[in-house]
Amino acid sequence: MQNVTFRAALVLLALFVLTAVFGPYLVEHDPLKGSLRARLEPPLWAGGTSEHLLGTDRLGRDMLARIVSGARISLTVCVVVIAIAGSIGTALGMLSGYVGGWLDRVLMRLVDLALSLPVILLALLVGAVSGPSFGNIVLVISLVLWSQYARMARGETLRVKNEDYVDLARTSGLGHVRIIARHILPNIAPALIVVATLQVGVVIVLEASLSFLGVGVPPPNPSWGSMVADGRSYVVTAWWVSLFPGIAILLVVMAVNIVGDALTDRINPALRGRTA
Amino acid sequence: MTRLIMGRLAEALAALLLMSLAIFLLSRVTGDPVALLLGDGATAEDRDLLIAQLRLDRPLWEQYISFLGNALTGDFGQSVAAGRRDALELVLDRLPASLSLAGVALGFTLVTGIAMGVLAAITRGSAVDLLVRIVALLGQSVPAFWLGIVLIYIVAVQWGWLPTSGYGTTAHYILPALTMGTFTLAAVTRLVRASMLDALGSEYIKLARIKGLPEATVILKHALSNSLIPVVTFMGAFFATMITGAVVVETVFAWPGIGRLAYESIVSRDFPVIQTVVLVITASFILANFCVDMLYLAIDPRMRDRG
Repeated sequence: MQNVTFRAALVLLALFVLTAVFGPYLVEHDPLKGSLRARLEPPLWAGGTSEHLLGTDRLGRDMLARIVSGARISLTVCVVVIAIAGSIGTALGMLSGYVGGWLDRVLMRLVDLALSLPVILLALLVGAVSGPSFGNIVLVISLVLWSQYARMARGETLRVKNEDYVDLARTSGLGHVRIIARHILPNIAPALIVVATLQVGVVIVLEASLSFLGVGVPPPNPSWGSMVADGRSYVVTAWWVSLFPGIAILLVVMAVNIVGDALTDRINPALRGRTA
Repeated sequence: MTRLIMGRLAEALAALLLMSLAIFLLSRVTGDPVALLLGDGATAEDRDLLIAQLRLDRPLWEQYISFLGNALTGDFGQSVAAGRRDALELVLDRLPASLSLAGVALGFTLVTGIAMGVLAAITRGSAVDLLVRIVALLGQSVPAFWLGIVLIYIVAVQWGWLPTSGYGTTAHYILPALTMGTFTLAAVTRLVRASMLDALGSEYIKLARIKGLPEATVILKHALSNSLIPVVTFMGAFFATMITGAVVVETVFAWPGIGRLAYESIVSRDFPVIQTVVLVITASFILANFCVDMLYLAIDPRMRDRG
């Protein structure tokens, strides 16, 4: 049972990535161009046509094409944020654990502080000052999320830094940078990969929430969040505009969470349910 | 003990200072505050006057000092949109609505989450456990803004059971509190289930059972009280999630709190108000974390004896 859900989740995630990478080349409609004669057409099974399987939005744009492009936006934000937050957080966390002392204390207080930053509000502030932009949301989300890598990298570095192979590397005269990069990093990588996996869901929901509020990915780019916002005012007459992008978010995030939980179990069972 | 409390207090103050610096930098460096505050029809004299008033011609560190000084004396500037009203006053007016909603949501979350977590742990492997875990997984994955819209559509529009949005009666609280609490509910449930399972497998529970204590006492008194410590640890994070979620939830449900105020200020480009909301909320975050630390000291003897 556990295995079946895990595999189903993996398949779903693979599907998401494939859709994001290749999907836009496969759909026939342009996600940005609509036809005013085809406004708010319902999906195929609710009286629509096979021309627009999932219906169209207020400007007559094809919902399927927009959801597929939305997948690409979600994935891009995830990859960029996780690359930035992950590398900064990991570097600082390993430094903190390896060096110890006052540097460790200061860095860990910074981590606590970053963990308690209200992401959405900071994004509203930045959005108000300079308008919605891809760079801004990446900046704000990374500003908060690096701390989770730092905390994990520090704990793991403390665990391995007194292992025999690290001592051996040290006595054989390797420099600190080399020890960290060659001997510590590979051994703490699995735990960091778990953090990254669990963060995919967080990033997707954050990006969607910010786009929903109008300070995320700027229009007319079809972010799943802004699509839900588009459909909000006529949810009673055209429910499909808000419903489908929301289901897309739900499915991807659920799959990520299942995979993340399973990986956590495999690497450190004691953490189960503790990554709230 | 006193030293520990003073240490925490100093940390909280340092955090507040750093936060204000971050907010200041984000708001001054990423854009042009003068253009924001003046709007389109301003003349060059207007511009110069404002620059002098805000001390924007001074070096950045001097600007920060005066920004900090103004904030400490309660001067957060005036609203650009709402007829030059004092920004802090505007925020404080909206605060009670937000706090009451977050309070209801947090209460509902804790009670339901703990109950579900305990239930799942004592029926481990059963259909009930599976159901609780599915609910927790869904709750952790569903985006709040979308859940709110779906609930409005189904419960309020289709079934007509509850008001669609707005503020006033008890019935108005149900859907927004549910939406706001769902993510945290899932987190509490998972946390309680995991720590209950640990506790139930531990030596002191075996001992309590050997002593012949009734099963209800074993579970509720011994296992549960120990499982609640991690919940307290995460209380600060839960509160943070609620307040952050407030922006989205209050916007969806037209709830007259500070979250919606923040959203409205974005739409009307009312920069002083947004800045005030962010400052007030971060300050309350830090205060909440400080309170959680103190609570932790009070309930965990190991912490109390240290320092």
